[in-house]
Amino acid sequence: MTFASFIIQLLNGLAAAASLFLVSAGLSLIFGVTRIVNFAHGSLYMLGLYGAYSLIQALGRTPLGFWSAVVLAALAVGLVGVLIEVLVLRRIYKAPELFQLLATFAVVLVIKDIALFAWGAEDLVGPRAPGLSMAVEILGRRIPAYDLLLIAIGPVVLLAMWLLLTRTRWGALVRAATQDREMVGALGVDQARLFTSVFFVGSVLAGLGGALQIPREPANLELDLAVIADAFVVTVVGGLGSIGGAFLAAILIGVAKAFCIGVGTVHWFGAEIVFSKLTLVVEFLIMAIVLVVRPFGLLGKPQAAQRLAADPAPPLAVPSWTFALVWLALLIGVPVVADRYVTILLTDIFCFALFAVSLHFIMGPAGMVSFGHAAYFGLGAYAAGLLLKRAGLPMELALVLAPLVAGAFAIVYGWFCVRLSGVYLAMLTLAFAQISWSIVFQWDSFTGGSNGVFGVWPSPWLASKTAYYYLALAFCGAGITLLWRVLFSPFGYALRAGRDSPLRAEAIGIDLRGYQWMAFVLVGALAGLAGAVYAFSKGSISPSAISIAQSTDGLIMVLLGGVETLTGPLAGAAIFTWLRDELARRTEFWRAVMGLVILAIVLLFPQGLVGGLKALMQRRREVHS
Amino acid sequence: MLLVKDLHSYYGRAHILHGVSLEASGGEVVALLGRNGAGKSTVMKTIMGLVPAAAGEVNFDGRRIERLPPYRIARLGLGYVPEDRRVFTELTVMENLAVGLQPPRKGAPAWTADKLFALFPNLAGMRERPGGRMSGGEQQMLTIARTLMGNPRCVLLDEPSEGLAPIIVEQMAHSILALKGEGLCVLLSEQNLHFSQAVADRAYIIEKGQIRFGGSMAELASDASLREQYLSV
Repeated sequence: MTFASFIIQLLNGLAAAASLFLVSAGLSLIFGVTRIVNFAHGSLYMLGLYGAYSLIQALGRTPLGFWSAVVLAALAVGLVGVLIEVLVLRRIYKAPELFQLLATFAVVLVIKDIALFAWGAEDLVGPRAPGLSMAVEILGRRIPAYDLLLIAIGPVVLLAMWLLLTRTRWGALVRAATQDREMVGALGVDQARLFTSVFFVGSVLAGLGGALQIPREPANLELDLAVIADAFVVTVVGGLGSIGGAFLAAILIGVAKAFCIGVGTVHWFGAEIVFSKLTLVVEFLIMAIVLVVRPFGLLGKPQAAQRLAADPAPPLAVPSWTFALVWLALLIGVPVVADRYVTILLTDIFCFALFAVSLHFIMGPAGMVSFGHAAYFGLGAYAAGLLLKRAGLPMELALVLAPLVAGAFAIVYGWFCVRLSGVYLAMLTLAFAQISWSIVFQWDSFTGGSNGVFGVWPSPWLASKTAYYYLALAFCGAGITLLWRVLFSPFGYALRAGRDSPLRAEAIGIDLRGYQWMAFVLVGALAGLAGAVYAFSKGSISPSAISIAQSTDGLIMVLLGGVETLTGPLAGAAIFTWLRDELARRTEFWRAVMGLVILAIVLLFPQGLVGGLKALMQRRREVHS
Repeated sequence: MLLVKDLHSYYGRAHILHGVSLEASGGEVVALLGRNGAGKSTVMKTIMGLVPAAAGEVNFDGRRIERLPPYRIARLGLGYVPEDRRVFTELTVMENLAVGLQPPRKGAPAWTADKLFALFPNLAGMRERPGGRMSGGEQQMLTIARTLMGNPRCVLLDEPSEGLAPIIVEQMAHSILALKGEGLCVLLSEQNLHFSQAVADRAYIIEKGQIRFGGSMAELASDASLREQYLSV
């Protein structure tokens, strides 16, 4: 690599870093004050991009039209953020943090469909910036002038944010609320208004980040989750709540990505390393390394425990055998009376039920929230498919070995993850899921790349939908039973003790980290089993099985049913899978309907469906007695 | 000015306050005495709206406030100084004071940073110091000063002498008497009987969430069995 191309890649990276910084700074600000992990932040970025596209068309491709459009789009996105805060989040600030997360998932779904409705499914390519479409020659290479402007915008926004946070009373309030928002309220500050203003500023930053990308990046509907993943990485690498850290991390990641593209293919000691293929992975590798070395990010500090945290989770109720046996008998009878469609739908539900129960195990009783649980589901599915197609193993053997492969990955990923806790842990699980996804997505020759693996069919004796239904029922049922059984073993008690009071658990001799690691591997293997059963039921497997969307589906299932009950995840998986299927057959905009249903549930039953029903029944019982 | 009637409150399912009644007027320092865990802090937090009142009344200047959120209560002129200080450690002294700032209020002294530095001279030399790099005594002064920036007519002081060096405790007593001199109503919770005797006009004794005694400091001083029963450790 010559010096000139080095400089060029550096400039490319810095230009890409600007938007990354803006969106991450907004995310970090919102998280610091409200403690809400706003999954909809990427959606706000996406709206900024779309908004700028339309506004430029309306205002004309002049410098004035372009820049007014960018600013107006950012402000409009700010108002969308205010709407989200006032209509949804303000009502559930006292609910458990995970429920707020669920609400932001729902917002992601709604915004995606609003964008689909307003702008259509095609990518929209925006205009170059009028007056800045020329290139500047640097060291004999041409660099778009707009990129140079973007490079300047990053530090300008950093400076503006720094002044706002350190030189104004609003900034003092924001920083004070980040540490102890209850005390800020007791001093006469209206938290609701403070939160709304923080949401506005954070959303404007996301909208601006998106709008500024319009000359460089087509507006498309996949941006929401892609950007939120990037923004999570930047925020976590920089340190949650640290704007300066977000700036550093954005530059680090933007430049690292640019170099991966720039370096291209390299031959080292006879081995061919394709760096350009690393672009999807490199940021997650950086994150994994940073979090292991500095668990609170480059400039982050250990999180201050917010006061007035939600009440500790109530003890789990032991599932009743009669209840389980009645359900089992009913499910065994289904294929006799029901049609093929119901059988297939229920087979899907069995797989997702095991997936959801394994996720519930790790995030509920074990207290480790995972944003990347699809990794194990997908790896199990791919292991099954590849063992069958590439290794030529019989289907039965592939099905049994696949969970072990997923478990083996969980051994490696889990070793890193159990070293962290809280949001950082969740983000690291997301990172590992994305690393797995990128490898599967790009390793065409082995995994089939974006097309996936085809012809993953079960053996002839299981080929009928009814036979496979019983196999899925047996395997998923056994997996769920095992997980529930473990929860009421000494191992399960130790995990719950560690969740509720890590210090006390360790003080009585529990090797908490070791136990958590084992739990990680156990649920990884069983999620892998769910994936393997799913793969054979569909006959094919694609990278979407490891995607962020798959992980969030799992979270929605668990949270919808209620994380504080054992049966909640089952109900959540069944309702979610059924509803998605029903809606997708009826409307193109099923995501929005699903999102609105979830929002309604969040606002009406802040303990999840099963939790809410239980509370309702208990109240009725108390009234009667 | 402050009138509490039959107040009940809970932490989760645990019933903490069992019908607490007390009152305090302007220009008066009232001590709420009791052992650790007797419910002193919970009284303060319930008055302030930080712990929801399950039953009973809190009247402030003739207004019922037991259903209001904390920020509304603070804006009516009722200041709260928490027991563990809760200084914003990342913020400088001046910024901590800025968070507490509220518009001037009729019938209450109007505080400025400079007037507060006169009341707490130790703070004057450390305007730009972050709250996290101050001693316990300095933090205690800062947390009181921060609340006074809201120009309250009445302040709830939760254990202001706790964990402070004797000389600082003495300064604290002077400051509290100065507040009384400004016409403020001060309700302070204390375990330290000597400190209370130095500043308070009247006292209540609380135990197991119930008021066991209410009277003047002189009455309390003359009743050794009362002190033995509820206050000695």
